[in-house]
Amino acid sequence: MAAEVIPANVRASSRRRLPVEAIQAWLFLLPAVLILGVFQIFPAIAAFYMSLFKWDVVQGAFRGVGNYTDWLYDNSIRSPDFWRSLSTTFTYVIFTVPLEIAVALVIAYLLFQKMRGRGIYRTVYYLPYVTSFVAAAAVFFWVFHPQYGLINDLLGVVGIGPQRWLDEPDGIFELAASAFGVILPSWLAGPSLALVVISLVTIWHYLGYQIVIFLAGLSNISQEYYEAARLDGANERQIFTRITLPLLSPTTFFVFTVASIGVLRSFDSVYVLTNGFGGPLDTTRTVTLLVFKTAFQQAQFGLGAALAFILTLIILLFTLIQFRVLGPRVNFGE
Amino acid sequence: MSERAVTIPRGFPGLAPRPRVRTIAKHAVLILVAGVVAYPFYFMVTSSFKDILEATRTPPTIFPSELHPENYTDAWSRAPWGRYFVNTIFVSVSVTILELATACLAAYAFARMRFRGKNLLFTIFLATLMIPGEATLIPRYVLMSPSRVACAGLPCLGWFDSYQVQIVPFIASAFSIFLMRQFFLSIPSELSDAARMDGAGHLRFLWSIVLPLSVPALITAGLITFLGSWNAFQWPLIVTSKPDFRPVQVGLSAFRQEAGSSYHLLMAASTFVVAPIVLLFLVAQRYLVQGIARTGIRG
Repeated sequence: MAAEVIPANVRASSRRRLPVEAIQAWLFLLPAVLILGVFQIFPAIAAFYMSLFKWDVVQGAFRGVGNYTDWLYDNSIRSPDFWRSLSTTFTYVIFTVPLEIAVALVIAYLLFQKMRGRGIYRTVYYLPYVTSFVAAAAVFFWVFHPQYGLINDLLGVVGIGPQRWLDEPDGIFELAASAFGVILPSWLAGPSLALVVISLVTIWHYLGYQIVIFLAGLSNISQEYYEAARLDGANERQIFTRITLPLLSPTTFFVFTVASIGVLRSFDSVYVLTNGFGGPLDTTRTVTLLVFKTAFQQAQFGLGAALAFILTLIILLFTLIQFRVLGPRVNFGE
Repeated sequence: MSERAVTIPRGFPGLAPRPRVRTIAKHAVLILVAGVVAYPFYFMVTSSFKDILEATRTPPTIFPSELHPENYTDAWSRAPWGRYFVNTIFVSVSVTILELATACLAAYAFARMRFRGKNLLFTIFLATLMIPGEATLIPRYVLMSPSRVACAGLPCLGWFDSYQVQIVPFIASAFSIFLMRQFFLSIPSELSDAARMDGAGHLRFLWSIVLPLSVPALITAGLITFLGSWNAFQWPLIVTSKPDFRPVQVGLSAFRQEAGSSYHLLMAASTFVVAPIVLLFLVAQRYLVQGIARTGIRG
């Protein structure tokens, strides 16, 4: 490209050079624009279009917001399914994210201090993150097996009877209370034991990831704060609660939103641990699983697209809150 | 709970904390959690060497009383694993290479070239990161349908049961473009001016100067892409139906049903599905961890 040799006066030449450079720039961008356009942006628009139609594999009549109202209140089969799956999804978030953050924070805090074996610990914590949920599910199925599982053996040692875990539709609080002869009202039953197992496997999978984020956040806190606190005679616990926690709060908030979005979107974990059914008795059927069932098992593309769109709005809400609080930051992708 | 363990010397104001006790307590917490995290891997590998009776014994034996490496050949022969691995390796390697190529070109244009609409296009690219996969799943599926009937009004490619259905949609990612752009911006512009003086065009400058300087970023972006592709499950599950094109994850999922109670074989299969990506991680974890700390991607 000899034409691009820069003459002595760069500024004067830039106008002349610009069209050539612009054409070249667009050529550089063409592959990415094409792929993102065809497989990301176009489908996002098409999803909304499809959600406005009766679309059972083949496009049918225009329904307007009919698919949405079916999910929200208008259909005696669909709307109970929807509200139940939404409540399951948020229960899944509530029983996963806070515990995940708490454990990751404590581990990161301990790992951040100078100590032997840091690298080894970090590697071990990180291993589940590179492991697929399919392989993890094969193992956890056995660990939580009602007859042969190690967890029931361990519980037996402390005098707790065997549980059915992934086959158990009853709520965890309900089960705990019934052990003492107390019968809880159904709204206090808590997530099914099966969903609790899925939450635990999810925490296991993402723990190392959250630890890495927290370690990055901890390294951004200036050492001066710690030194000043030590000079003032603060003890270890005061330093943690008065200095580390407040200064780490942007990181914690970031982890909170990313983890919540991750759980809202999760499909593989629930699918493989319940063999695709969201069982037992639908107690683990999240919105993503209901989308999958509606679109790919019942072949109701229009209804499925409407449900996916509702989920997308919820996820976008989390993203926007995060942007508002922390400013834009690239935080998730596929 | 662990917090309390760390603050043992609380009751002795004025005394310096006893570092030994604290260190031991810290390690105790870290080892306990590491044990819980690592146990499934330990269980998977040890069970894969047991015979069926020992594999289902409760409580599980800590170590196989007799090693049965033939479980691996046995499991391997029960499903077309060779085919699954060829498929996964071909798809993952293709996605990674092509995605890095499109990302480098686009990132270079964003970082180093002047053209109209640059900021708008960059914003649109970043916005695609906010579209969750679930939102686009159904139209993407329809787009791949074989017949015009299925996708009335929408174009269709007829790509079910193929490699391209698992590769092409994923060879551009705004995430990698963003990551590479950030890195390219950190390369001093004096270098580009010098290259221009020598008569190098953009493509040559990108290839012979920018890319060699960007190897760490390339490895990071490549690893994140490769990991996502290797573990991909939902998409290949719905767009492939024959072993000819199915990846290992979908194969393992099918094998779980097939193996039934042959649990030792399932553990052997899980081990050889997990092993390559774990080994890759052990070799290259520095880059993966750096990339995640810097960008906060959560696959």
